[in-house]
Amino acid sequence: MSSPDPNRGGPSAPSTLTAGTIPLEVVHARSFTRNPDLAPIEDIREEVLKLEAEGEWIVQRVPDDHTEVTTKYGRTKKIPNRHTWHHKSCGQCGHIPGYSTAIFWLNRELGTEYNDPRDQTSCTAWNYYASATSNAPAQAAVAMRNFAAAYETGFYPVIHCGTSYGHYKEVREELVRHPDLRAQVRDILAKMNKPLVMPEEMIHYSEWIHVMRHEIRKRTVLDLSNITCVVHPACHYYKLVAEDAIYDQEIYGGQRTAIMSQLLETLGAKVADYSTWFDCCGFGFRHVLVQRDFTRSFATLRKIERMKEEANPDVTITHDTGCVTTLDKSQFAAKAHGRNVGIPVMSEAQFAALAMGAHPYRVCQLHWHSTDYRPLLEKMGIDWEKAWAEFESDLDRLRSGKTEFLTWDDANAK
Amino acid sequence: MTVPVVREATPERKAEIFGKVVADVRFQDYVHGCYECGICVAACPSARFYDFSPRKITQAVCREDLDLFWEHVNVDVWNCSQCFSCDRCPRGNSPGGLITIMREVAVTAGLRSAKEALEGGERVVYKIMSTGTQVSPDMLQPEAFPDWGPDVQDVSRNLDLWRRALPPETLHTTTTAWEIDDKTLVELYLIWHMTGVLDMIKAVDEGLHMILNDVMEELLEDHDIVVS
Repeated sequence: MSSPDPNRGGPSAPSTLTAGTIPLEVVHARSFTRNPDLAPIEDIREEVLKLEAEGEWIVQRVPDDHTEVTTKYGRTKKIPNRHTWHHKSCGQCGHIPGYSTAIFWLNRELGTEYNDPRDQTSCTAWNYYASATSNAPAQAAVAMRNFAAAYETGFYPVIHCGTSYGHYKEVREELVRHPDLRAQVRDILAKMNKPLVMPEEMIHYSEWIHVMRHEIRKRTVLDLSNITCVVHPACHYYKLVAEDAIYDQEIYGGQRTAIMSQLLETLGAKVADYSTWFDCCGFGFRHVLVQRDFTRSFATLRKIERMKEEANPDVTITHDTGCVTTLDKSQFAAKAHGRNVGIPVMSEAQFAALAMGAHPYRVCQLHWHSTDYRPLLEKMGIDWEKAWAEFESDLDRLRSGKTEFLTWDDANAK
Repeated sequence: MTVPVVREATPERKAEIFGKVVADVRFQDYVHGCYECGICVAACPSARFYDFSPRKITQAVCREDLDLFWEHVNVDVWNCSQCFSCDRCPRGNSPGGLITIMREVAVTAGLRSAKEALEGGERVVYKIMSTGTQVSPDMLQPEAFPDWGPDVQDVSRNLDLWRRALPPETLHTTTTAWEIDDKTLVELYLIWHMTGVLDMIKAVDEGLHMILNDVMEELLEDHDIVVS
């Protein structure tokens, strides 16, 4: 019988793994030079513009106030700096609302006007990837209805969820390649008096944070030089329709997406590496709902324990709904079994907001998270006991009926 | 959760289901042949914990091995994590995308294995189709997430208060993730009707279909919209 493979998870995996499982120094020594002329696939955005010229749809242009970045194959992508329409995430808003709140708070602090719509639906892709109780025309119609709603406001769509972002890129490909599907969706939207509109670029909110990193740095009030972070890049950001993700030669020699890592470095925090960075979080879409034994095992054995053993970070930073949920919530059961877990998990939006002095409860809403984040706050120099007392007094005001809701003014009250 | 099982079927039935997969508009985008290199398996999270292989599924489809395909479309496809780590295929295949199509065909055809695989997920399907947001704050109940620890109980106990303690005005909701206006919901319901998604639900869960139909009919009638 062969001995257990140390790279496989499962109960037989030894608990004394080190960084030696993957030779990181080899990875670090490599570099990947990009040349858009050698890109292995067509630039779908050119097809999108051609279809506009043929009268097939309207292309909503990225506002003039934007920043250019480099993507996987060396192409240039325009990221809007301001005037954005926020396609919210149901998992973020529903279960980790400090995530969405932090994104809005950053926009407010940076003075970039935004639109938080009520005529937006979920992309419905979580359910689609979980249960398959939908189909290509329905998924495309949902996406294009949302894009039409954004277009009607004049604000440019920015997508909060990694899965919505990835799925909408799939939809873009399907609509470009299949005229019949395009015609079907156009007819559906016409019944709602909505035009068929495709955005010039698909934008994930973390790309906006990425281009705003220097502005965020200018406003940072905490010294983060003693904070060690590990980064979990979301599969649906850089694997699903891979070519739109941001890469930078300065980050891992351009071999991994620069999202989050470059922000954290700019903020002065340390970014530590670990061998299973490419693995997904274990969310699984249907698994987190009805087969959570897989989700828990994968999240803790393949991700959290590896991070802990190889980097022992203060925090895990990620940029997607399912990843924050899975990596955070899965640790409770593993801890009960005495496993080597216990890393707080949050989005880079929440971390950046904290760095800029955002309130950990009024803005970042960390009481919705499970794994203990208080040691991290203490190390960052945040008095969480005082902050919680302030939030408790807010709750008392809400309980007493003196005020119905916490406002943005309350969020920044000193 | 019931584990889906493979049931016997005639060669004609297997060929019929296989034909529906191949006929999907996206099939040609997702399957281009297979080198058997196994890169997709190396990257696959489900392959580490299940007897699951995106390579075998892609191979079975490429070789038109109907017996193996039948096993996959009934059981294995439901183990996929849909993370699309397998999209690094050197042939440009998307095994994850192929699996999406196979699941969809399994649902549309009303395969009993699909019904079994979806058991326990009805409330999520109901939530997304009827409210336009997939998960809602009030789904955070301790009995639904006993393995997430006591914090879920805190959220559940303080739900209304904590939602009112959120600065964004759209997030003061408990039954939906954010506030969605009725006109938008009407438009969403029209999409489900016009694209046959409600028929898909009927194929796997008649009870859920009936409830969804009632909820949607009521709002559509309020807006003087009749769907044939």
